[in-house]
Amino acid sequence: MSPSASSDRPIVELNDVAKSFGAVKALDGVDFSVRPGECVGVVGHNGAGKSTLMQVLAGTLAHDRGEVRLNGDVVAASDHSVARAHDAGIRCVFQELSLCPNLTVAENTRLRHGSIRGFGWRRQAARLIATKLDEIFPDHGISAGAVVGDLSIGRRQMVEIAANFSATESEPRLVILDEPTSSLDQQVASQLLAYVKRFVEAGGSVILISHILGDIFGTCDRIAVMRDGLIVEERPADKFDRHSLVASMGHVTDEDTPAPQSQASESQRRGEPIVSARPPRQTDDQRLELHPGEIVGLAGLAGHGQTALLRLIHNAARHRSRYASVNGKIAFVAGDRQADGIFPLWTIGQNVTVRSLSALSRLGLLEKGREREMEDRWRETLKIRTPDMGDNILTLSGGNQQKALFARALASDAEIIAMDDPMRGVDVGTKREVYERIRQEAENGRAFLWYTTEFDELVNCNHVYVFRNGLIAADIERDQLSEQKVLHASFEGEAA
Amino acid sequence: MTTKRSAAGLAGLARSAPWLFSFVGALVIFAVTLAANNWSGAGQIITAALSFGAFYAIVGIGQMFVITTGPGNIDLSVPATIALAGAIAMTTMGGSDAMILPGLAAAIAAGFLIGSFNYLLIWLLRIPPIIATLSSSFIVQSLAIVYGRGLRIAPPPFLAEIATGRVLGVPILAIVTILLAVVMAVVLHRSVYGRSVTAIGQNINAADLAGVRVGTMRFATYALSACFAAFCGVMLAAFSGGASLNMGEEYLLASIAVVVIGGTSVAGGFSNVSGIWGAALFLYLLITMLNTLGVGAGLRQIFTGVIIVAVITLAGGRKKGRG
Repeated sequence: MSPSASSDRPIVELNDVAKSFGAVKALDGVDFSVRPGECVGVVGHNGAGKSTLMQVLAGTLAHDRGEVRLNGDVVAASDHSVARAHDAGIRCVFQELSLCPNLTVAENTRLRHGSIRGFGWRRQAARLIATKLDEIFPDHGISAGAVVGDLSIGRRQMVEIAANFSATESEPRLVILDEPTSSLDQQVASQLLAYVKRFVEAGGSVILISHILGDIFGTCDRIAVMRDGLIVEERPADKFDRHSLVASMGHVTDEDTPAPQSQASESQRRGEPIVSARPPRQTDDQRLELHPGEIVGLAGLAGHGQTALLRLIHNAARHRSRYASVNGKIAFVAGDRQADGIFPLWTIGQNVTVRSLSALSRLGLLEKGREREMEDRWRETLKIRTPDMGDNILTLSGGNQQKALFARALASDAEIIAMDDPMRGVDVGTKREVYERIRQEAENGRAFLWYTTEFDELVNCNHVYVFRNGLIAADIERDQLSEQKVLHASFEGEAA
Repeated sequence: MTTKRSAAGLAGLARSAPWLFSFVGALVIFAVTLAANNWSGAGQIITAALSFGAFYAIVGIGQMFVITTGPGNIDLSVPATIALAGAIAMTTMGGSDAMILPGLAAAIAAGFLIGSFNYLLIWLLRIPPIIATLSSSFIVQSLAIVYGRGLRIAPPPFLAEIATGRVLGVPILAIVTILLAVVMAVVLHRSVYGRSVTAIGQNINAADLAGVRVGTMRFATYALSACFAAFCGVMLAAFSGGASLNMGEEYLLASIAVVVIGGTSVAGGFSNVSGIWGAALFLYLLITMLNTLGVGAGLRQIFTGVIIVAVITLAGGRKKGRG
């Protein structure tokens, strides 16, 4: 990688760029540029326009207004394409992963790199991706021959990142990372951020979108704050502090607020649990228990059996299971929205009410009025940003889609809500609203099973089970919870 | 993915009124046929189209629910079910008006059993639906041959009257089938069952996690399709003066064609009932037109195939919002 240091010309430059989706103005006149050798952080709440901005940069969306320049040349909206952006050296790692699950890691790599061809292309591609994975994530443990669909979401993300950073004929000059660390556990995330620094020092450029402000401060040279489709602040990173950055995002928040004391104390942990379950491979008598009104956390590194147990419990509510007994109705909040949550052909409203169909019907027929009423009530309650619940679900930004999935579960008659790391890529403000809502619901007697990869979320729980290798490795009560303990339980026996 | 402006208008229409194309197509073909006929015989053509279209529509509605449950779901046992159900009904009725209801019940029950068997293969043995329904159709067809060989029992007079009679020039069977279509449209769009089926067709995994009873709903769908085929078999036997073993043959292609031409997405999760009627008329009128123009049977089949491919191509470009 040897970009000519003499040219300080921006790799990409946007002037007054706008983009609308129907009535929603996702971008409303944005000026933005990235020069070689810098890392730019982009922060903002859900629906602020970050993902749209990145899609315009990557050529996946055409802008409605304004000017896009790649390496100084103006590109017309009709000409702007992924191929064009790719030629300019722009690579993009999106929140929604774009690997083909039925192909191997090496085959997916080949799809990104057209110049690998001829006999032995699989081997060439395997070497390319393995080298890059080793460089970014030492000890990654991913085989180039593994089928992507069999990998955990964290590992898929690692492959996606490595594939975008690897160079064949055309080198990556600007890599866009959209919430790259949200599905990675902390150790892998720090490996990635360290690599980003090396990449930028060598003259490459990176745009980093993250809700983890520590990542942004630790990695970026410059930070752009987005709100309502505009860049409202743009300064060198050292001219921001945590407080001023959060303040400019528009939500009045206080990062240092101690975690609210939950009402339910351990003394309430008596009587019959409504959920009692153990992972199939658990050999000791450790069990996960959930009582009414409790919030129980499932912690540990990503992909260590938490989701599998949630699904097992979800199925056990309907069919008998040897491993779990569930005395109540259960609703599921998906973390992997595309695979487990969204019905892409339906309206926002239909996506919300699907869990409550029998409750909204009489003699098997849905009552339109009551359905409408439920949709509007939950739009208000969770502040889903849309002019009309009758719009297609895909008109919403990722965070608002997630709110719709929350509404689906909370609007239902379920006494138990299972949450599969649902806050991935959701902004601080929305998170707080949802946490508050969960606490209220718990006080009213609902019980929550909450798988999360973020330690900050565990403080909302009454009780935490830490998972390791598909087993419950530790059982921690609320007043003894510490990050140290969770980490210790997650790593014990593995670290040399 | 870039949005192509030019196709946006047509695609938008395909989404908001997917049934429109089949009716427009039917009208165009009707006009061409009339022109070739020197603008005479319109009444006759319409009556015949309604009569024959009704049979297409009956099997099409059942097939539509199956296709709605998602890619790979299809019921190939329709022709065999028609043959067996027709034979059972005619035998049970024995030409007597008093036995119409028991005979109809026996035929529908046979359909229900066939549908259950189909889903049993799919669910228990995890066979793809296309293979499961095809293999069960061989079994059913063999049963029909054993059971109905040399069978020549005339339908009860009252049933024959329903199948062939008219009220004010409109075939009774068409009226019955239109009512049936209205009921099934309500079921598709307004019932818990219909909503569940469209959910399964879009994302079976998400449907399961959203509390939809996926197994029960898929079972009901295959059973429903076979029951509709059985009903079609009874009416077809009544219409043609008795059951015959090959009377279901043309309904395999037709049942799928009317669903697709009617604007239902072959990818599942997006369907409508009214388009099936439009497509049924279209399909019959197309055959009439080709006949009128003196086109042979082989060429007719080719035309039908080409039209189905063309419709899938036109309606297939499903647009999504932002990624």
